[in-house]
Amino acid sequence: MPKIRSSLAVLLLALGATPCVTYAADDAAALRAELDALKQDYANRVGALEARINQLETAQSAVAVASTPPPPLPAAESAPGSGGARGGQSAFNPAISMILAGNYASLSADPSTYRIAGFLPSGGEVGPGERSFNLGESELTVAANVDPYFFANVTASVTADNEIAVEEAYFRTLALHDGFTVKGGRFFSGLGYLNEIHAHAWDFVDQPLIYQAFFGGQLAQDGLQVKWLAPTDTFMELGAEAGNGDRFPANHRDRNGLNGTTLFAHVGGDIGDSTSWRTGLSWNDSRSDDRGYEDVDAFGVPVENAFTGTARTWVVDALMKWSPNGDSTRRQLKLQGEYMRRTEDGQLAFDTTGTNLLGDYRNRQSGWYVQGVYLFQPRWRIGARYDSLDSGDARIGLVQSGALTRAAFPTLLSASPERFTIMLDWSPSEFSRLRGQYAWDESRLDERDRQFQLQYIYSIGAHGAHKF
Amino acid sequence: MNSLRGVLAVLLLVAALPAGAAIKVLATTPEWGALTTELGGDKVNVYIATSAFQDVHRIDAKPSLVARARSADLVVATGAELEIGWLPVLLQEAGNGKIQPGGPGYFEAASQLRLLEVPTSVDRSMGDIHPLGNPHAHLDPHNIAAVALGLTTKLATLDTANAAFYQQRGADFQTRWKAAITRWETQAAPLKGVGVVVIHRDQVYLCHWLGLQELAAIEPKPGVPPSAGYLAELVTKLSATPPKMILRNAYNDSKAADWLSARVHAPVVMLPYSVGGTPEAKDLFGLFDDTINRLLGAVK
Repeated sequence: MPKIRSSLAVLLLALGATPCVTYAADDAAALRAELDALKQDYANRVGALEARINQLETAQSAVAVASTPPPPLPAAESAPGSGGARGGQSAFNPAISMILAGNYASLSADPSTYRIAGFLPSGGEVGPGERSFNLGESELTVAANVDPYFFANVTASVTADNEIAVEEAYFRTLALHDGFTVKGGRFFSGLGYLNEIHAHAWDFVDQPLIYQAFFGGQLAQDGLQVKWLAPTDTFMELGAEAGNGDRFPANHRDRNGLNGTTLFAHVGGDIGDSTSWRTGLSWNDSRSDDRGYEDVDAFGVPVENAFTGTARTWVVDALMKWSPNGDSTRRQLKLQGEYMRRTEDGQLAFDTTGTNLLGDYRNRQSGWYVQGVYLFQPRWRIGARYDSLDSGDARIGLVQSGALTRAAFPTLLSASPERFTIMLDWSPSEFSRLRGQYAWDESRLDERDRQFQLQYIYSIGAHGAHKF
Repeated sequence: MNSLRGVLAVLLLVAALPAGAAIKVLATTPEWGALTTELGGDKVNVYIATSAFQDVHRIDAKPSLVARARSADLVVATGAELEIGWLPVLLQEAGNGKIQPGGPGYFEAASQLRLLEVPTSVDRSMGDIHPLGNPHAHLDPHNIAAVALGLTTKLATLDTANAAFYQQRGADFQTRWKAAITRWETQAAPLKGVGVVVIHRDQVYLCHWLGLQELAAIEPKPGVPPSAGYLAELVTKLSATPPKMILRNAYNDSKAADWLSARVHAPVVMLPYSVGGTPEAKDLFGLFDDTINRLLGAVK
């Protein structure tokens, strides 16, 4: 199998990850380096000794102060210079954390018939979920530094149907310099803003409609990502990704090449002490071979159709957070919005298991959402979100040639789905959150859905750090 | 517009990369930022990630901070998991191998200290506790001296060309600081044994140092805000041993402290907590001068 390109990539990666490439220079430089290393070593040792002496002094004086009045202090003190007394194999245990989530849903429309009107189905996680009580996905994350050069993270989600899915399993470089980071394995793509954020950190129970329609919920790549951060005080990040394109809007093609190529740029900064912002532009190129979906024909008979071609998506994202003096514990306003625009170009096959007709297909679709979440007092937040989609006007070759009528593709009838959502949540601590949400959902073709949901999110284990 | 400015900045930076430029330091909190400036003078260029008006437990890993971590030669953090909710993100996103924990450009103040209140067992039902001990250690000036020693060594090893400069400056700081400690301890003598109420357990080291008696904390457990019931209990409990004052940090919400103040007839004393918390706390010396002045003012 000609895997030259991929082995080249691995080679490049290995080279890049080697932290100190020693260039065979003249001997004088090598000697000087050795001398410097010796000097540093001594300076380190002297420093350590000084620190120890001082700690002893400090401890003594602290005891002297404490001896006069008896302050009600627990006697426990840590040994200086160590991170607590731990040893043996368990000292190298990775950080383990688990997220538990679940909800109660009251939905006015039957969730089993949910479909976003006017969009080729993604087969992903779309719709409001099931009625009544639901066990959500339990997310198990295990993460640790592998060695001085790599960090590894696995997030598995255990579904209510007793299935385990690998949500993310990636390595990331630790030792690269000059702003470079390389990530590989399965990871959430860096496109847009919300795509990288795990479900437990969303501000609403579900994803915005654009994520559901354009990426089947969230775009995960099985591939490689390279990011570069500019050496500026303003945050500027450029990224490129490629993978095998196993996920919507691409599909598995059984080819050696790259698929799901994504490029993104993000810029961010502060305005005074109270406001920070981030905005970005991303582009995704996904190719599909016979990506099938179920529909009915003009007479209501179930058929299987398939799309072959490219889907190119642009994403614009913007985020702003405001809190007085940057103190986000008492009051914080978070405003965000994203816009997506996708062009699908290729061929659409009708009834692949029967008549199997083939014609051109082209469609340009777009959508956006804006949302605001306000922490109005410690632990309490209120939020609102508006979603809007434009299915475009699909140019279907089989319809234009007169072979079939427009009614033969009910899923692709033009539509402009929209949804309005409000939510209130209460977080007793950093590790628990209870949420109520109500949505007026008009994302189906002809049915209006009223969705009421109550949700819990609990986090146990290692204290995770969240992205901006 | 901003991106244009960014591009310009890149060009300028590339054009003007001098060999012996000041080391860029990202300090997580104002006290360690101020200490780095004391020790490094004009050989360091310090950016401080947070202010005295922010709760260091709860900081957003803002893009501006990621950008600062990218170009930092040295990160000076408190450690002991105080910054666990945000610093790891900065280090991960920065693409900067120098500043990773354990590396040459990473320094934790807590590694130089003997921390108080190391729990014998940890469970989140106890609130947001710190398994490695109480990390709010800088309010005991002896700890500042210990951290200063370690930080001097760090600066000297990182910037070997100026090692003698840092050693000399470090020694000078130790002399001035020891003299100041003696002065503060003399001034603060009337504070010994004075009963106080705190909000979060971040005044522990101050109380420990000055011999203030911590009668109660307004937070029933670390990071857990008090309920009305708990506050009422606190009033009853404190009626037997009334506190002289209620200590509040610049970043704390004043509501609960004010409520309690009216009921136990003790004034709320707002303390700077860190450099910049009050106009008087301009630097580390000012921080302790002002803290002791404010405490003495409430005892009189």
